[in-house]
Amino acid sequence: MQKIVKTIIFLIFLFILSVFFIGLNRDTNYNTANQINKEIPDFKVSYIDEENFFTKNDLRKNNFTLINFWASWCAPCRIEHPLLIRLSEEKNMKIVGVNFKDKKEHAKKFLGELGNPYDVSTKDMNGKQSVLFGIYGIPESILVNKELIVIKKFVGPLSVNDLNYIKEIIKQ
Amino acid sequence: MNIKYLLIILLVASQSIFASEKQIDPKEIQKNLRCLVCQGQSISDSNSDFAQTIKMVVDDLINEGLTEAEIYSFMSDKYGEWIVFKPQLNIQNLLLWILPYMALILGGFFIIRLFNTKNKITK
Repeated sequence: MQKIVKTIIFLIFLFILSVFFIGLNRDTNYNTANQINKEIPDFKVSYIDEENFFTKNDLRKNNFTLINFWASWCAPCRIEHPLLIRLSEEKNMKIVGVNFKDKKEHAKKFLGELGNPYDVSTKDMNGKQSVLFGIYGIPESILVNKELIVIKKFVGPLSVNDLNYIKEIIKQ
Repeated sequence: MNIKYLLIILLVASQSIFASEKQIDPKEIQKNLRCLVCQGQSISDSNSDFAQTIKMVVDDLINEGLTEAEIYSFMSDKYGEWIVFKPQLNIQNLLLWILPYMALILGGFFIIRLFNTKNKITK
């Protein structure tokens, strides 16, 4: 009987230890792993200048698309903007801008000041469409291929490393 | 005996009827969703921009006819399982769900056994 009790106490101790070990090693921050290699969701955003809608099917004609979520009120968006301008020179990729919870006149002023890297400019006024992409803050960018599969999601402003990574991917 | 069976059937049937009529409370769902941009707050507690958007999306999903479980699954799909406070039952956390019940059964078993052996000794 004593032997059984001892074994059970040891097993409980081992279990608690392994729960702590797994729990403390678990990444509790938001990560994009569950979005990669999946097809992008059906979405419907209106163009910034007109009331027509831009949908998932409109992306099929592009070899690669970078969907960039941005706003004029977002300071990090200003930081990444020159990189987006550089990426807009790439022939093999189109950039779709989704203006997030912003005012049209502010967005236009922003693009007027810093340049417009977007092949298509759209807006998501209440942010609901962005939830479909798992956006929780901006800027965020999603690189998709012709089959509309997510290759990579960039959380936060794009860096020079990200720029080089994108260039490398779209070369293929 | 027959009345007993009839009562049981009526009880089960009424429960299933009430369950199907039960309205989904958006507040309950919001309480179980983590605000990813806040410190330890739920979507329900937070007034952040992110929380406001998620609240709107939850309302839309309820109106579309999704069940509570489907809404959690939708959110987990978009933001990872971390967004749900109460983890969903799956292979990875199966042990976490069944262990308290196992501990309860085993504990009960040992207490009964202990009493029985003590009784035998005193006899």
